[in-house]
Amino acid sequence: MEQVIVNGLYLGTQYALIALGLTLIFALMNVLNFAHGQMYVLGGFVTYTVYGQLGFPFAVALVCSGVTLAVLGALIEKFLFRPVIRRSVREESTMLLAAALAFFFDAAILLMFGEKQRGVPKIVNGIFLSDTIVMPYDRILIGVLAVVMIATFMLYMQYSRPGRAMRALAQDRVAAQLMGVNVDRYSMIGFALGAMLAGAVGGLLVTITGVNSGIGGPISIKAFLMVMIGGAGVVGGAIAGGFILGMMESVGLMVLSDFGDVTYLVIFVLLMIFLSIRPNGLMGKPWG
Amino acid sequence: MKRTFKAASVAAFLALLLVGVPSFISATGRSDLYYTLTSVALLSIVSAGVWITFYIGRINIGQGAFALLGGYASAILVTKYGVSFWLTLPFAGILCAFVSVLIGLPILRLRGVYFAMVTLTLTEVGRLLALALPITNGARGIVSIPLPGAITLFGVTLVPDFATLANPRLAFYLTAVVLMAVCFACLYRLVHSRVGRICQSLQQNEELASSIGVDIANMRILAYALSSFLGGIGGAMFAAISQSIYPSTFTIADSVNFMLNCFLGGLGHVLGPMLGTFVLYFGWDLLFQTGSFQLLIFSSILIALMLVLPNGLLSIRLRGQSQG
Repeated sequence: MEQVIVNGLYLGTQYALIALGLTLIFALMNVLNFAHGQMYVLGGFVTYTVYGQLGFPFAVALVCSGVTLAVLGALIEKFLFRPVIRRSVREESTMLLAAALAFFFDAAILLMFGEKQRGVPKIVNGIFLSDTIVMPYDRILIGVLAVVMIATFMLYMQYSRPGRAMRALAQDRVAAQLMGVNVDRYSMIGFALGAMLAGAVGGLLVTITGVNSGIGGPISIKAFLMVMIGGAGVVGGAIAGGFILGMMESVGLMVLSDFGDVTYLVIFVLLMIFLSIRPNGLMGKPWG
Repeated sequence: MKRTFKAASVAAFLALLLVGVPSFISATGRSDLYYTLTSVALLSIVSAGVWITFYIGRINIGQGAFALLGGYASAILVTKYGVSFWLTLPFAGILCAFVSVLIGLPILRLRGVYFAMVTLTLTEVGRLLALALPITNGARGIVSIPLPGAITLFGVTLVPDFATLANPRLAFYLTAVVLMAVCFACLYRLVHSRVGRICQSLQQNEELASSIGVDIANMRILAYALSSFLGGIGGAMFAAISQSIYPSTFTIADSVNFMLNCFLGGLGHVLGPMLGTFVLYFGWDLLFQTGSFQLLIFSSILIALMLVLPNGLLSIRLRGQSQG
């Protein structure tokens, strides 16, 4: 059982990071980023190329993943989302754009990196063994890195000037603008930050699970699940949702293993019941 | 004057579909077009369902689940119990409507992105259920479903047995077009009725609508049930035409595509989903020659279209009207 809990915690840290990026983009721009999973995959492939193929240190590769996605995110916000939001009658139009972007990334990643499952050499060797827990050291390292990233992100949002501006933007866009917050600029920074988080998790996880071009969609769905559990647009909710999903997956795989591959079916059904009782998730604002 | 013009254009459109297209195909020998056009007709029925939920202001990405349910319901009844396909078609629709009422009661309280995300996971639930339940035969799916049989009323054959026909493709095409025409006619009638206007008021402001005395909970359920009904019918027909159904027949990508069809055609007009499905499906088919670049080019065009026409294809006409 301890093993299951440790696995759940480890999964939870990764999931929380993915959900953080998605919820940030949603909070700032009211955009549901369908391409989030694809951004994660792209981050994974950048790390695979820089660390696995070119032989640079892992830290460099991770930074490369983050920077690539941040730049990409900023460009996407400036040249795609901003004009569409400005000109469309209904704000849901951004969902079409996001879905088209997801298709685009899927196709581009497939063309650039092929359909094979890719992995990289382990960053640390060895396994931590105790009476009840078996945990490879590289998983522990990745888990710790993820926790550090989450903590940095929260501190940044809480105390830095851009962080405060973004929180103001998430609370009330018009009021923030009236207070002199440069809305366009901080939307772009927020989108870049969200994309960067997705890329960084991709870079982290490629060392454990590897990456292939087809997993973008499923990752997006998992991210949606976490955001729904925690409540859309809330940082704390995303983290809670990530840990809850990680834990459920880990426990479900153990408890339900006799019934075949039904863990996610059970999770979905539980989520439906949960949402009918609490439509805004654990901490969400009413109606997002 | 305007009324007769409208009736004439509808009649011309139907004549083109029912007579013009078959004669064009037999003249050019491109009988593969039948399958494409039949798919467009059926998928536009399913997309019309999504359009209804848009009409009450909800983003529905769960239509794939209902199309799958309808397809499986019809397939199981036909193969295991020997029920006539024509009976299973309305049954599939009604079953989907019933299930959607059960699901809709809790989830229709959600709005905006929450509803979109829940319906998205609903599609995934549908796929996983189809994989897990024993009656659906798992990942192998249900194959070699017999073709629809004959309908006879008092000894008069209304619809011949599809298996005895020389060209079942043509028969399927005609059935699908008629079904599509009926669905869109009903949809048009609904949208221009009192109920349609109430639906539009839900789209604009639910609180206001409810304060004037609209029973918003019932209206939402009604619209969602209708939407799923269309999804079920489309799915059942699709299973009959491809004579097979798998858990992967309707996936999240399909659900997203149904939504894209509505967006692309334009959410402001009844014919939006039909036009959107036609353009998307044919665009995808035309790009087949580009091989591995197909998806890349397709999605680039979609992105470009969004930048140029963020309100859908039919908004060109509307903009012209408001200016002139």
